[in-house]
Amino acid sequence: MVEVVYPQEAGNPVRVDLRDPYWAALLAWLWPGAGHFYQRRYAKGFLFMICIVSTFIFGLGLGRGRVVYASFEPGDFRWQYICQLGVGGLALPAILQAVKTRDDGEPLFVLCQRYPEGSGAEKSFTQIPVDVVDSGMGLPAKTYKDGFMAPPAGPVYQNEMDVLGMWHFEMQHMFEMGTLFCVIAGLLNLLAIYDAFTGPAIITPEQKEKMEAKKKKTAASKDD
Amino acid sequence: MTNLIDILPLADSLPRLWYALPLVVVISLVYGATRHENLREIIVQSYRSMIWVVGFMAIIFAIIFIAGYGN
Repeated sequence: MVEVVYPQEAGNPVRVDLRDPYWAALLAWLWPGAGHFYQRRYAKGFLFMICIVSTFIFGLGLGRGRVVYASFEPGDFRWQYICQLGVGGLALPAILQAVKTRDDGEPLFVLCQRYPEGSGAEKSFTQIPVDVVDSGMGLPAKTYKDGFMAPPAGPVYQNEMDVLGMWHFEMQHMFEMGTLFCVIAGLLNLLAIYDAFTGPAIITPEQKEKMEAKKKKTAASKDD
Repeated sequence: MTNLIDILPLADSLPRLWYALPLVVVISLVYGATRHENLREIIVQSYRSMIWVVGFMAIIFAIIFIAGYGN
């Protein structure tokens, strides 16, 4: 058990029981707020959970389930996923999808199917209507499938249309906005993990005094 | 009648600024929670952070607005 005590200028000192900080940090990574629940810091746990999970889900919704995916191919190095992985368990399905779709595999949770390249200028990479998919009439033998949290199917080009380009075209600014929300959720959870591991960064009266003394010293040196 | 978008092309993107609102609130709350343990203090800290962030954004907006005014 680890307990941190923060002396206050007035009133009782703030005591925080971190229990096992390593375990708390792992739980906080797996699910935002879980580490704080483990430490019985319920109010903060709820606050972190609501803020971070809602931001992540909102972002994922803006990007229609496609903005969180793990792809580290030469043409599509998804560095944003590294930040998104900060939310732990919520972003982990993307790794499963990346493994599933490797070597032209099919993703789990298919969101829609698309015409493959070479289907005609107006058809390639566009969504196949649901009635065509359901009936199977006119459905190409091989289609590209968009999966929930799965990387874009097919090859990724730099200057030509591909599935990733089609996502940007269809969702417009929502794709970037959704990516941003999920990235911020991941980064915010790093703060929550830090808080679960070391406790809050409360400024003690001693630190406050030191800071004020430093400020005075800087001001005095400027006057000279 | 002159349209605002004709004068300021960026005005077309202004509604997108609403996306910043939940982000500012969430970032302020989480940052505040890492600085304090009591909910009351967290809220006060978040409020201060929110004003700071919005002020910072307003300054950047003003700089970009002035820089692009003549173009």
